[in-house]
Amino acid sequence: MNDIKTKFDITDIIEQRENLSFITIPKEHAISLVTYLRDVKGFKHLVLLTAADWLEDEEFQLTYLLNNPDEKSDLGVRVFISREDATMETAHHLWEQVATYQRELKEMFGIDFPGSPDVDKPFILEGWDDKPPYRRDFDTKQYSEDTYFPRPGRESNDPAEYMKKKLYPDEK
Amino acid sequence: MEFKNIGYALLTIFIVLNYGLILQGVVRKIGARVGRRYGIRWYQPYIDIIKNYAKRSTITHGVMFYIAPVFRLTGGIGLLLFMPVIFGSDIFGNFSFAGDLVLVLYFQFFGILGMALGAAESGHPYSAIGVSRGLSQVTSFELPLTLGVIAIAMQYQTLNITEIVAAQQGGFMNWTIITNPFAAIAMLIAFLGAMGRSPFDVVLAPQEIPIGPPTEFQSGLLGVLQLNRAIFPAAKLILFMNLLFGGATNWAELILKTFLIYMWPVFVGTVFPRFRVDQSVRWFLTVPLIIGIIAIILI
Amino acid sequence: MKEDFKKRTVISPEGKPIEIDPLKDYFSDAKPKVYKPAHPIIEKFANWARANSLWVLGFGTGCGAIEMRPLMTPRFDAYRYGIQWRPTPRQASVFVVSGYLSVKTLKRVVRTYEQMQNPKFVIALGSCTINGGMYWDSYNTINRLDHYMPVDVYIAGCMPRPESLLAGFDKLKTIITEGRGEGANTYAEKFDWYKANQKKVIKDWDMPDYNW
Repeated sequence: MNDIKTKFDITDIIEQRENLSFITIPKEHAISLVTYLRDVKGFKHLVLLTAADWLEDEEFQLTYLLNNPDEKSDLGVRVFISREDATMETAHHLWEQVATYQRELKEMFGIDFPGSPDVDKPFILEGWDDKPPYRRDFDTKQYSEDTYFPRPGRESNDPAEYMKKKLYPDEK
Repeated sequence: MEFKNIGYALLTIFIVLNYGLILQGVVRKIGARVGRRYGIRWYQPYIDIIKNYAKRSTITHGVMFYIAPVFRLTGGIGLLLFMPVIFGSDIFGNFSFAGDLVLVLYFQFFGILGMALGAAESGHPYSAIGVSRGLSQVTSFELPLTLGVIAIAMQYQTLNITEIVAAQQGGFMNWTIITNPFAAIAMLIAFLGAMGRSPFDVVLAPQEIPIGPPTEFQSGLLGVLQLNRAIFPAAKLILFMNLLFGGATNWAELILKTFLIYMWPVFVGTVFPRFRVDQSVRWFLTVPLIIGIIAIILI
Repeated sequence: MKEDFKKRTVISPEGKPIEIDPLKDYFSDAKPKVYKPAHPIIEKFANWARANSLWVLGFGTGCGAIEMRPLMTPRFDAYRYGIQWRPTPRQASVFVVSGYLSVKTLKRVVRTYEQMQNPKFVIALGSCTINGGMYWDSYNTINRLDHYMPVDVYIAGCMPRPESLLAGFDKLKTIITEGRGEGANTYAEKFDWYKANQKKVIKDWDMPDYNW
């Protein structure tokens, strides 16, 4: 770990467990760190590549979760990229299956990976023409009501409000 | 050739059709009971056929698509009509003539050929796969079957089924299965392939290539195929009964014998899983073929 | 629209250029027809046969497909009611839409439904087909099935047990014997409305309007 710290510009380290930790790194160095981890540190297996939308911070967080089968330890590499210009370097040359993850991220979050094979092909949504649905400013309820002919008469409650009313009817 | 023969032939077809349908239902019922299920009603095949004829719309893919089920049914009816159903009966002796054994062998093959044309026109890939499998399997089990039939023809010095049946009368010691066991074994193994039950059901292959050749057939066209599926196995059973088990002199005997013969592919089918087409072709061309050749040599 | 379905010019084996319009050439664009029921007596007999020989299309669309399998087992044994499974839409008469439908699946379901022969019946299984169920506010699953194809029987529940599925089949039998199972004709009569609804949801419409 210290080795990585000296070699790379790590901004944050969280050691969750003995064999699971997360490190954060600026966008420019992410792929070279992942390459280094794979080739030198024995993190040969990519478990997943996923994204989270931090709407309030105007950022996407990408997580490359790597696994070291020899030491039985996991390492998550976190990268924050801006929501405005959501592009990231592709990593499909390291693991072939990354291309599929990147296709999914492109479709669901609108994060572009230039150079990744078939990244513009529809992944599971066929002919989607709205905002990418996993972005948090996409109102899925509104979209569903506008598009899918909701059957009238459906009631729904906010669970917190409902339980409060039911258990403590006197409190305001 | 008299006109009343046509009436007799229609009567034969009618009885054998009903027998085939009931046999189908009963065998499925027995299968269900073995699996501890209540099973279908024994008359379910009738309802299915009525329902298919009662469908209102039919789509077509061209002329051959219409003709294929008719070809298939012709194969079944032809097989039935050119052999004596009941030995010694004027009514159910049908159009048996001096060379009917050869013609009957041909009718075994006739249906699947017609089906090949129709299925090809339907354009469904599974139909094409099913037909190519069917043709290769039919070709391969035809060899031991023909060898067995030739051995029997040499044994009795005739190509007439009526005479073959006549020669087997007078007790079960005269049946071909006793007097010519090698030919009988070769033919009975080929019979497994002819019935198209597991392990030789790659042609229809449920769950694999949905149902093979008839994938695109619907409504009335499927109804015709279902009629054939009742008549054809029954006719084959009667053929094997005539050649190997001494024929039948009345309907009760026919029903008993054919039912017992039918249990042979049913039992084998329950025990063995499906062969792939290359396996079944290879298998038919080894053991049964050798037995068939031995039968020819020993005659 | 996919590349395969676009109009294009190809060179024939003889060296002549020929125009191909796959949607026109490979499919028929005839609309569905309304078939008038036959004479009442014949129709009654036919309906009896239809009700007692329900051939279910083996197409599991959602999680409800798992509830259809037990019906074949000795415990529930649907065969005794004349219910059988067919692998191809051409021969099936009952379409069990089992559970939620994503837009992508809906497209396949519409194609499959249209390939079935008249008369055909639809059983919608699970709450998802009624009002969206637990996926009611999803961006990708439809809310009510009856806007896209006529539905004969709804079976509510999430998921309904095989017993309720059997009860649904029983209900469908009653509907057919009473001669009310005219879903295919309804589809033909209100074809434009159904098609407009389908096209509103399915964004990349790359098939002919009616594919039988």
